[in-house]
Amino acid sequence: MSQFMSLAAAVEANVRDGDVVAMEGFTHLIPHAAGHEVIRQRRRHLTLIRMTPDLIYDQLIGMGCADKAVFAWCGNPGVGSLHRMRDAIENGWPQPLAYEEHSHAAMANAYEAGAAGLPFAVFRGYLGVDLPKVNPNIRTITCPYTGEKLATVPAIRPDVAIIHALRADRAGHVLLEGIVGVQKQAVLAARRSIATVEEMVDDFGERSPNTVILPSWTVSAIVVAPGGAHPSYAHGYYKRDNAYYKKWDEISRERDSFLAWMKANVLERGPEVFAEQRKRLSFAMAGAP
Amino acid sequence: MTESFTPTEMMTVAASRALKSSDVCFVGIGMPSAACNLARLTHAPDITLIYESGTIATKPAILPLSIGDGELCETALATVSVPEMFRYWLQGGRITVGFLGGAQIDRYANLNTTVVGPYDKPKVRLPGGGGAPEIAISCGEIFIIMSHSRRGFVEKLDFVTSLGHGEGRDHRARLGIKTKGPTRLITDLCVFEPDPVTKEMTVVSIHPGVSREQIDSNTGWEVKYAAEPTATPTPTAEELAILRELHARTKRAHGDQA
Repeated sequence: MSQFMSLAAAVEANVRDGDVVAMEGFTHLIPHAAGHEVIRQRRRHLTLIRMTPDLIYDQLIGMGCADKAVFAWCGNPGVGSLHRMRDAIENGWPQPLAYEEHSHAAMANAYEAGAAGLPFAVFRGYLGVDLPKVNPNIRTITCPYTGEKLATVPAIRPDVAIIHALRADRAGHVLLEGIVGVQKQAVLAARRSIATVEEMVDDFGERSPNTVILPSWTVSAIVVAPGGAHPSYAHGYYKRDNAYYKKWDEISRERDSFLAWMKANVLERGPEVFAEQRKRLSFAMAGAP
Repeated sequence: MTESFTPTEMMTVAASRALKSSDVCFVGIGMPSAACNLARLTHAPDITLIYESGTIATKPAILPLSIGDGELCETALATVSVPEMFRYWLQGGRITVGFLGGAQIDRYANLNTTVVGPYDKPKVRLPGGGGAPEIAISCGEIFIIMSHSRRGFVEKLDFVTSLGHGEGRDHRARLGIKTKGPTRLITDLCVFEPDPVTKEMTVVSIHPGVSREQIDSNTGWEVKYAAEPTATPTPTAEELAILRELHARTKRAHGDQA
């Protein structure tokens, strides 16, 4: 059964040095508050899995938390490079970063295989391209019925999955809607999981029967962390902070400016900074465009 | 008297005209997104735009900065999970056109968005493939939009991220791929289509005011031209007005949170 905890306690209990960690959220609901807590607790030697590393892994990698990244698209969406991740790959700063690279389709399938308890995923992909030459985990299988050659990748089975969701109810069930990405798959594929949420409600009330719900017995820890997805967004709560994504390009470009920013905004602060951002960006305050 | 326009505007307009109202289009971010939404706001109002974040038949009023901006979900007919998007909709063969961009392209429209230099010791680490490797083989056909430069249009790719026509001719078919691959490459100078036999990308249309010399000097291989390349029709005043208004709206929306 899920337990309500503080952010610090949830990370303390569920994320260990050397863990394979998946923090998911496809542009929407990226668990940034939890990412900051992992940095504050100075976790080391993590393998970080994420379809799009985004700012959250740029920060973790730049702060030396990761030995390895597993990813499909490592850019700052619509802006440019993830400078900290590039610095780690190109120059080994602050430490060398091993990486295993896939396509989005491969990782989506691999999460699904993990959730389904299968050892690998099979799909039509990677034809005529170079990734299989540099990633030995990309292999092929011959369909026993048609003879078609199909791509395979190992299932993703993280030690811990971390997601940000919209709401939890008092019984500890977790709800998300909108762009739901691979969060459900990541949680069901993982041994342990943390869900940070915008708010706790007594009861979810009226909802579509097809709303994505993670029942309490599938989640280890729930943390009420309003604004916890900032600078990504939470459907119905606040919008994506596109200006912040653009600003990150400047902050992260140089090591010094990055470290100074992390000190002032992460190491010396707590989850309250996210609540402040939510207040600034919430639909009621800003007025929906 | 025609209105003046930038090469990028010409490119976006030419790309948008390649789309039909009946298309179901998988949209890449950046220049593809502008072209696809311009098509929707002009001659192809019923086009179905799909972003890999899972949003189906989305009608954003502003251009998203990412492929998963809230705007895409709020204006979509439906939003599905990312595994469903890639398995049922893309791999399942429900998409007629994939619209891609890239950092490097070769004469057979293979694309590199992974690395410049060797993979293990890259000179420049680019974002990588994302959805492109499977978009390139599972969509009915592929349109590519890219600014024309010698740095981007290269004799040999450093890395093949997504397949175009491979080594040419029937390479795709030999790999067991049934889709057409890149049927159009739109740049800020011209439009290429694959030669029916060799599949080498061939200039079929040249934008107004552009010379062959300009195309040649911005391409890293010896460019093939169709027997009689046509002149790309200039953007209409309506197309330009709608495109500029779209960009202005987008700028206001993205800037207002600073």
